[in-house]
Amino acid sequence: MSLLPYLDIGLALLVVAVAVWTIAARDLFTSVVGYVAYGLLLAFVWIRLYAPDVALTEAAVGGGVTGVLLITAGKRLGALKNTEPEAQPGLRFRILVGALAALVAGAVAAAVLMLPDPSPSLAPEAAAAADGAGAGLGNPITAVLMSYRSFDTMLEKIVLILAVIGVWSVSTDKAWGGAPPQFRRSRPYAPMVFLAQLLAPVGVLIGIHLFWTGASAPGGAFQGGALLAAMWMVTMMARLAQPPRVDAQWLRLALVAGPAVFLISGLAGELFAGSFFAYPPGIAKPIILFIEAFMLLSIAAALPMLVAGPPSERADQ
Amino acid sequence: MITLLDLFSIAAIGAGAFFFLAGTVGLLRFPDALTRMHALAKADNLGLGLVALGLIPRAESALSALKLIVIWALVLLSAASTTQLIGRALRRGRK
Repeated sequence: MSLLPYLDIGLALLVVAVAVWTIAARDLFTSVVGYVAYGLLLAFVWIRLYAPDVALTEAAVGGGVTGVLLITAGKRLGALKNTEPEAQPGLRFRILVGALAALVAGAVAAAVLMLPDPSPSLAPEAAAAADGAGAGLGNPITAVLMSYRSFDTMLEKIVLILAVIGVWSVSTDKAWGGAPPQFRRSRPYAPMVFLAQLLAPVGVLIGIHLFWTGASAPGGAFQGGALLAAMWMVTMMARLAQPPRVDAQWLRLALVAGPAVFLISGLAGELFAGSFFAYPPGIAKPIILFIEAFMLLSIAAALPMLVAGPPSERADQ
Repeated sequence: MITLLDLFSIAAIGAGAFFFLAGTVGLLRFPDALTRMHALAKADNLGLGLVALGLIPRAESALSALKLIVIWALVLLSAASTTQLIGRALRRGRK
């Protein structure tokens, strides 16, 4: 087994090389492709660090959803004719920016290198808390996410909703309430439709499985939700589904369902279990799965809405 | 003690690794995108298929063996479809 360290070193070098290539690429599309490859390689790094939960999230979000988001954004930028800045920033400005970036990178590197040994960690505390309140969950990651740092987890979902609101708010007044533009203007190519028809049912099943198995094995609401979101996007790209109107009641309910149910459960914890976001010991697992089910819905609704962009004024909506 | 199943695994995974190697060489050496995709398809379809086949005897349960086959089938589906999509994008770009 002496081969593994060399594989790890090779993987680490590859990640750094792809990162440099992503930054150095002059072409927007090239650097987006580099970024997606970087995300997938990072997923491998997480697997080698024995963190399959993080690896799943990285592959789904870092490699998948962010990639689609960046490609869509790049296409829209390309569609604008006058994106060339009027004047290139001067040499002095560029040196300043470079120095600032180097300073930040140096500070982060110094902080990492000067960590005390043993490094301060909340892990034992979190593990103890997960053993207590998240009892019945076989997956300690889910237990920590949903019980030790439940408030953070809820706020993360609220950030997602804020991002969706931010995207929607750049629509014009006339288009407000309408649907975002379709993912494709032209009629989709038959293999794309075939892929969406065949992949979507399987993907939805795997997404729900990831959420369900997250209670006892690597997985969880975010990973499952990201996969469901990807399936929705694939069907919209194949034009099997239309982007919904942003004033649709069901869409807004789906978006807020996760954090709302989470918050209400947290408040109920104050009444029934003695503290905010505490769960009654015996039924912690069903409650956590109940909250996660709604978070799954919110994530699956929020990510495609981020990619779809603001409502447009096109006549065919 | 090497059993017959182990030998089968070694042979299948070794053959799979060969197809990956050949596909990668093709990706690096072939002149244009269509031929490069042709080389990659061998790595995706045959290479991964053989690796999955070799891993099946080593799976913990019938269910995880089935999962390996499903993974292969999903990769086949996505590889075939995306190759078609890229191929069309290439043809349109040339015109």
